[in-house]
Amino acid sequence: MLIIDCPYCGKRPEIEFSYGGQAHLARPQQPAQLDDQAWAEFLYMRTNIKGVYAERWRHARGCGRFFNALRDTTTDHFLAFYKTGEPRPTLPAQHERTT
Amino acid sequence: MADATTRSLPSAAATQWLMSMPPAARFVLHGDAAARAAAAPVWGTAFAEQACRAEIGNGRAALWLGPDEYLLLSADIESEAALAASLEQALGDLPHALVNISHRQFALEIRGPHAATILSGACPLDLDLAEFPIGMCTRTALAKADIVLWRTAAEVFHLEVWRSFSGYVTGLLNEIALEFHRV
Amino acid sequence: MNAPIDGLRTPSGGLVDRTRRISFSFDGRSYEGIEGDTLASALLANGVHLTGRSFKYHRPRGILAAGSEEPNALVTVSRDAARVTPNLRATQVELYAGLIAESQNRWPSLERDFGRINDLLSAFFPAGFYYKTFMWPRKAWKALYEPVIRRAAGLGRAPTHADPDRYAQRYAHCDVLVVGAGPAGIAAALTAAASGARVMLCDETAQFGGSLLADGGALIDGLAAQAWVRQAIESLQSNRRVTLLKRTTAFGYFPHNFVGLNERLNDHCEKPPQHQPRERLWQVRAKQVVLATGAIERPLVFPGNDRPGILLAGAAQTYLNRYGVRVGTRAVIVTSGDDAYQTALDLKAAGIVVAAVADLRPEAIGALPEAVRQAGIEVLPASTVLGTEGDLRVKAITLGRVEAGSIQPGQRFECDVVLMSGGFTPSVHLFSQSRGKLQWSDALKAFVPAVSAEQERSAGACRGVYDLGDVLADGAAAGTAAGEPAATGAAQRRFSVSAPKRGSESYLGVLPQATSPSGDKSFVDWQHDVTTRDLALATREGFQSIEHVKRYTTMGMATDQGKTSNLNAMAIVAKSLAVAIPQVGLTTFRMPYTPVTFGSMAGTSRGDLFDPVRTTPTHAWAQARGAVFENVALWKRARYFPRGNEDMHAAVARECRAVRNACGIFDASTLGKIEVVGPDAAEFMNRLYVNNWANLGVGRSRYGILLREDGFIYDDGVVARTAADRFHVTTTTGGAPRVLGLMEDYRQTEWPDLKVWLTSTTEQWAVIAVQGPNARLVLESMVEGIDISAAAWPHMSVARGKICGVPMLLFRVSFTGELGFEINVPSDYGQSVWEAVFAAGRQHGITEYGTETMHVLRAEKGYIIIGQDTDGTVTPDDAGLTWAIGKNKTDFVGKRSLDRASMKAADRKQLVGLRAKQPGVVLEEGAQVAEKPGQQPPMILIGHVTSSYASSVLGHSIALGLVAGGRARIGQTLYVPMPNGDLEVEVTSPVFYDPTGARING
Repeated sequence: MLIIDCPYCGKRPEIEFSYGGQAHLARPQQPAQLDDQAWAEFLYMRTNIKGVYAERWRHARGCGRFFNALRDTTTDHFLAFYKTGEPRPTLPAQHERTT
Repeated sequence: MADATTRSLPSAAATQWLMSMPPAARFVLHGDAAARAAAAPVWGTAFAEQACRAEIGNGRAALWLGPDEYLLLSADIESEAALAASLEQALGDLPHALVNISHRQFALEIRGPHAATILSGACPLDLDLAEFPIGMCTRTALAKADIVLWRTAAEVFHLEVWRSFSGYVTGLLNEIALEFHRV
Repeated sequence: MNAPIDGLRTPSGGLVDRTRRISFSFDGRSYEGIEGDTLASALLANGVHLTGRSFKYHRPRGILAAGSEEPNALVTVSRDAARVTPNLRATQVELYAGLIAESQNRWPSLERDFGRINDLLSAFFPAGFYYKTFMWPRKAWKALYEPVIRRAAGLGRAPTHADPDRYAQRYAHCDVLVVGAGPAGIAAALTAAASGARVMLCDETAQFGGSLLADGGALIDGLAAQAWVRQAIESLQSNRRVTLLKRTTAFGYFPHNFVGLNERLNDHCEKPPQHQPRERLWQVRAKQVVLATGAIERPLVFPGNDRPGILLAGAAQTYLNRYGVRVGTRAVIVTSGDDAYQTALDLKAAGIVVAAVADLRPEAIGALPEAVRQAGIEVLPASTVLGTEGDLRVKAITLGRVEAGSIQPGQRFECDVVLMSGGFTPSVHLFSQSRGKLQWSDALKAFVPAVSAEQERSAGACRGVYDLGDVLADGAAAGTAAGEPAATGAAQRRFSVSAPKRGSESYLGVLPQATSPSGDKSFVDWQHDVTTRDLALATREGFQSIEHVKRYTTMGMATDQGKTSNLNAMAIVAKSLAVAIPQVGLTTFRMPYTPVTFGSMAGTSRGDLFDPVRTTPTHAWAQARGAVFENVALWKRARYFPRGNEDMHAAVARECRAVRNACGIFDASTLGKIEVVGPDAAEFMNRLYVNNWANLGVGRSRYGILLREDGFIYDDGVVARTAADRFHVTTTTGGAPRVLGLMEDYRQTEWPDLKVWLTSTTEQWAVIAVQGPNARLVLESMVEGIDISAAAWPHMSVARGKICGVPMLLFRVSFTGELGFEINVPSDYGQSVWEAVFAAGRQHGITEYGTETMHVLRAEKGYIIIGQDTDGTVTPDDAGLTWAIGKNKTDFVGKRSLDRASMKAADRKQLVGLRAKQPGVVLEEGAQVAEKPGQQPPMILIGHVTSSYASSVLGHSIALGLVAGGRARIGQTLYVPMPNGDLEVEVTSPVFYDPTGARING
């Protein structure tokens, strides 16, 4: 069970959270303008990174807020937590490996 | 007609260490700092800016549940409607959501030297007094139920539980407590 | 009772109380042990070595070890028919008066075991024999091979009764968790506690002290080892920030320093206290972890190394020094290092004849070998073992001499025990589970922790530090660092130690043998009966990865997880592949370190507490009326209310007729309810649901549909506008949490600018549905403040009022097709108002009905149930609900997906009615639908039945189904293939009853 540092409540056990998938995917402002290919990309295509992954969590059994985290998928260690809407933080170079 | 209408409370726990609390007036208030500032004088308690903290006074409490969500509790059930009306009046056109949830949940109080240990049988939080001090409150898990947990004294915890979970939560606590309170 | 062999118990010494005798039984025979014994030490004190039959070959096996690594002595301990625990290690079972233990895997008895024939036929049971032998014919697997193998193989038997014991779980948090209370662990706990940290110290045994409990002569800070342990534990006990847990195994190391401990609270008690749980599963979150898990002595691999009476040398020392038990009378010791020489001295001092110490090293020099020679014990360097003799107990050993690379026959010694020592294997199981990186040490011939993955440090023997002084210092340093991770250069606690120097000379692989050994099997994995030949066969057949070799031979896969076997196996595989050991690597260590009971894992999650059972405010009333309940999500809902001898069919038929002809009352409280409030509430609903909400007036409601972004129906429900800025949204019973989650996702992450908030009100309201032509008659005298006449209050109206003097939100709404109302009152009033309505309805024929009747009534009207008539691939158009989509809306969740060409294809599966040609036949839900009759598999199928019921009102069965291009097929005959032939069905409109809706608007 992971420890997740909710930006609002602090460190809490994973059991209080629900996972929200890849972060920084904004719903298109005007979906009607997208062709089928572009819409399918938005709907279905997700990255599957070995390394640092930006992902969404929700403190569902806590304050209820969604937020984002950077997690190294090879170690399950978190490198950053930040609020929804904030840009992805820059990490020291040694963490920025993605394959 | 009203006289014939009785309240059926979801739980009847009454032991030395686990008590069902009497009915209360409950509201969820959503809104920003301006809404809270408008509501506070009417409600009579402050609204904690610090996360996971409760403010109390005058038989009422305001519990921080989220950055724009507070649980308001009042022991005075007779003036439930009046309370709602005066809050709505004070809030006026400020963006907010005030929802009456008096019957959605009920309260249990668990007290005594084993209170924290019993809760740790099902609650994953660190309930050490230094980590979860008096006045701290939060939504959390009690095994498979969601609860609001509020420490009101060193050895006293107030639990808010959705009413349909009453059998599960009281049954679970009794099972866990068996080794501390022999029947 | 068998008289204890007094000659085997020493007259004094050890941590046992000779004045307290304890009787117990093993395989039906009575024996006597003493207080402080384990089952293993008590059996050995009685001269019993034979304790089990091996897994595959049913060879006689004896006690090999003294701790949790024991692979052979697996027993079943039972208190009664239900309290039966199989596969316990006799070395860990604490003796209590009346203990009943049985050996396993033998028939009819340990001494005469029929399965022994497997050993004689062993040429037919090589590694992988499961995969090779039982491939053909395929049908024989289920009928023949599997049952036979399951009976012949396997370990203990599971109990057949429900477990009557109680199990507890507890979350715990600490600054420093120390695993293992040997010298390193105790030293770590002492220094961590001294820093003020919250410390937990656990040990899998009944006594703290680890290897110090079996140490005869060491002095620490001037105290005898066991006295030092006592003093240290007392000091820890007096610190209220320290938690000491004995009989507690750290079985799993999970991410972020989450460690699972299993505490056995009363398995050692003669009469377990009733109020106490049998076991407690601790879920510990530690800021820092110190692993002080020690090392396991490595057995030697030679022909016939598995006979009863062949033990690890350290185990013999433990039995002697801790339990006062001589494991035999005449011993031969085979060793790769100095440690076993101390054992030789201890044994001799206790009166055991040590016939010889056979040393694998070319020379045996140094203080300990010299002391042994001085004691008059023959020391034979450059030795190897060529074989052993004895059936149920070893009776002789034949040594060989390694001379210039060749093997010469050596001496044969008669003996009743052979003690072997191949050095030590650090216990890196938990470290490895934590994803720490191991490194091969040539010096130690073992893997040791190199890079931690968590906030963790290993100390003492588990990282290859063996000398007692070093171990204590290592533990103290680890405890200091863990207790004050921020501090640097803190003064290190030192211990003054006087103890014999511990060696670390280890041996790996098979002992040297003549070129073509034709003798007995050499076992590598005792518990799974894996021999050197099996490993050789695996590599010969091309298995190169140690993980593949493991699965092919089942090496290391038994309940002991290869604690004594993994390193030797790996070395043998490396040798036969001619690669370096680190290249072969280790198999993955998995939890649990030792087996954990299902009871402990389940904890309180059993019986009534397995899952929350959610009940509605009218539950007690329904129970009193004899309702039959069904589970819907976590709820108990009344399914039907049988009267007299009615079965479900009869009760539902009666309830349906009552609703259609008079009036029914139904508890709809479980429907999810979400209050959507704020100035942007209508905009929010517009973006989310397919419907147009801008034109919904206050006091009106509408059937809403929620899609996922992929265009498929996610949920539905009636949505009411109760104020300009307030919507009362209902969801399906099971869908309430996920709909709220989806709404919050869009609200918080896509449209954070909208001023709108969501609050679950599912349980705020008890919902009482009153449905049927008489519904208004029942309510009109009860409702206060609302004119519910047909003219004033049309279908889909909503208003606040009062009923029975309590506040009410009243809906005119129907899921039955009849005139209907849904009364929402605060939940605490639910039962009281329900009873009042029921009483008032008596004169109008009111009848309580359940979910089964509700299902029939809605199906007669063609109303869908999410998840029954939809399956995550159904669009609004597929379900015939295009009318609900707001006209001229440019966007809502899922709209873009609906515009894809394939979502409009004419041959999509569409919801239709299916009417069986035989009116009495109720189709099976889930049955397939075919266009052509008489097909044989593989058939061409064009749809399936989603809902199907007998309709007493219509006088025939009805069904809903999803059929390709279904709406264009109305009037066609299709076929539902069943085992006894095709059923003919006619495709109809999904609305079977009152298609014009005259009744609903009545």
